[in-house]
Amino acid sequence: MTDTGLKEIILTGIDASPGICIGKAYIVDIEGVDVVKKYFISEEDEEKEIKRFKSAVKKARDQLRAIINNAPEELRDHAYILETHKVLLKDKMLYGKTIEIIKNEKINAEWALKKVVSEVKSMFKKMSDSYLKERATDITYASDRIMRNLVGAETEKIADIDKRVILVANDLSPAEASQIHLERIKGFVTNRGGKTSHTSIIARTLEIPAVMGLGNATHSIKNDDLIIVDGTAGIVIIHPTEETLLEYGDRSVKYEERKADITRDSHLKAETADGFQLKVMGNIELPEEVVSVIDYGGDGIGLYRTEFQYLSSSSLPNEDELFDKYKDVVEVIAPKPVTIRTLDINGDKAFSNNSDYVEVNPALGLRAIRYCLKNPDVFRTQLRAILRAAAFGNVRILIPMISGYGEVLETKKILNEAADSLEKEGALFNRDVEFGIMIEVPSAVVIADILAGEVDFFSLGTNDLIQYSLAIDRGNRHVAHLYHALHPAIIRMIKNVADVAKDKGIKVFMCGEMAADPINMPILLGLGIDELSMNPQSIPAVKGMIRALKVKDARVFMKDVFKKKTASEVEELIKETFGSILSEKMYA
Amino acid sequence: MTKLSRDVIVVNELGLHARSAARIAEIARKANSNVWIIKGKRKVDASSILDILTLECAKGSKITLKIDDQSDLDVLNDAARQFETGFGELS
Repeated sequence: MTDTGLKEIILTGIDASPGICIGKAYIVDIEGVDVVKKYFISEEDEEKEIKRFKSAVKKARDQLRAIINNAPEELRDHAYILETHKVLLKDKMLYGKTIEIIKNEKINAEWALKKVVSEVKSMFKKMSDSYLKERATDITYASDRIMRNLVGAETEKIADIDKRVILVANDLSPAEASQIHLERIKGFVTNRGGKTSHTSIIARTLEIPAVMGLGNATHSIKNDDLIIVDGTAGIVIIHPTEETLLEYGDRSVKYEERKADITRDSHLKAETADGFQLKVMGNIELPEEVVSVIDYGGDGIGLYRTEFQYLSSSSLPNEDELFDKYKDVVEVIAPKPVTIRTLDINGDKAFSNNSDYVEVNPALGLRAIRYCLKNPDVFRTQLRAILRAAAFGNVRILIPMISGYGEVLETKKILNEAADSLEKEGALFNRDVEFGIMIEVPSAVVIADILAGEVDFFSLGTNDLIQYSLAIDRGNRHVAHLYHALHPAIIRMIKNVADVAKDKGIKVFMCGEMAADPINMPILLGLGIDELSMNPQSIPAVKGMIRALKVKDARVFMKDVFKKKTASEVEELIKETFGSILSEKMYA
Repeated sequence: MTKLSRDVIVVNELGLHARSAARIAEIARKANSNVWIIKGKRKVDASSILDILTLECAKGSKITLKIDDQSDLDVLNDAARQFETGFGELS
């Protein structure tokens, strides 16, 4: 089956819903109705045209009602989106306006509807609130349904799919997504959409792997192609080789097993068998994700990535917009801490209107704190928003990509200025926030002792730290296999940072993927990491592993770890020593 | 004469978003006469989700619900209750 001679292709998109699935692709080509006929109607046909429109709306309502009633049990909670669409169908700004235009302008229903919709949509797109901006999509879904009924276009019946397939579509409307029968769908792949789209929310609820925002998946993938969807990493592999299939088959089994462990015990403390307590926190990107951190038993937010608001709109978000989102998160999870990482962005990539200069090595370029220090106004706006949100709960500030001492001083200066300006304005804020830096550039590891005096905590960003230290671009498949968290160099670097932190009396956290894998726990406990932060889904498994270990054993174990010469030797040693715990916990 | 308006505060986390706006619009459509939502200087028709959304009511917004006809008092009370209970979204 795999030996087709076809070349393996890897597509990278957005990791919309975690998990891995392997299966045949099923292409659903649902495009919006683009071609709309335009013609004028005579006076006497006016009533008929209005009636035609009304019955298209009625049909749309009936269709939505049927979809809601037939929605699988697990999706009932999401049916409210469809209820909203149902009410929208008869909204006077859509419904009344269209009828009015048919009457006044004597044009056909399709054309009238199109006019109305584009007007309403542009009104919404102009709104400052990103939530409301996105409601333009709901208007599209609702009006597309009317339009399809008007022109008599067939809707692909997703409910009729009778094979276990991976759905590949341009985009899925909530109505379409709700018709999917869980037991028949292994995963989703879409051209459009992102983490906040309804489809990805549904996919996460159903715990079906999904990769979105691929751009041209429906063209690159053919019906019945064998594909692998890795929703955790956000990649889709077309025509996988035998080797890749085996690797992912293995990963998929592991993932399922881990999932089975989820929720059970997830609210117990992450306390080792010898009574040492660790904090296990969640990484989030969107305020909405706070809920899953709480659900999975997280002790707070160890990494709140703030890039989304900057990437999702064409202009820079203002202080109030940022404040609103931060405050949302901070309030919901208070008194537990929220660690807000300041903008970690490649300025050029982010603000496309600025892209007059292309960086050859963006990973080594003007990004994160470097970008912020070069654009102090942008930075100050974010810092002010964070300090204001800090008045509503427990906030920590985390600065990414620190490579030298000067950057820390400069950052603190701007932070102080931001606080002073808020004080002068008499604004509600809290300047007494913990201040920490990401340790993700090798130079920061080496000078950790110099940096420690200026900060309240270190947070090890292992993804970048490993890439930079081992000089490996994980996106490059020729070298990706060399990326290994258990590389002796990485373990030694972490030890240095942890030792310095202990020596200087500051805390040390870890928020990279390394913190999310139970197999790494003996080492992280042995090195004395105070707090781990990870994607929410990983929290229960990590907590379970911690509860099964003893710090005392882990410390002794480290002596053996430091005798090992390669990453695979280290991994072997962990499996040898803790194999029984790992397999009992079903993580190995 | 009974008062034909009620002042309410948006208490749910997400503000007056699509789902809650739809709820209000559905209630307002049952009225015999007009139902209005007033925020600051703006006044919109409560039977239109889109109109309501354009008010951009975040959590904490103060708004006034108003009816034109005495016979719609039930509608007014029902709508006000939705706001007061956070549209059933408070955990």
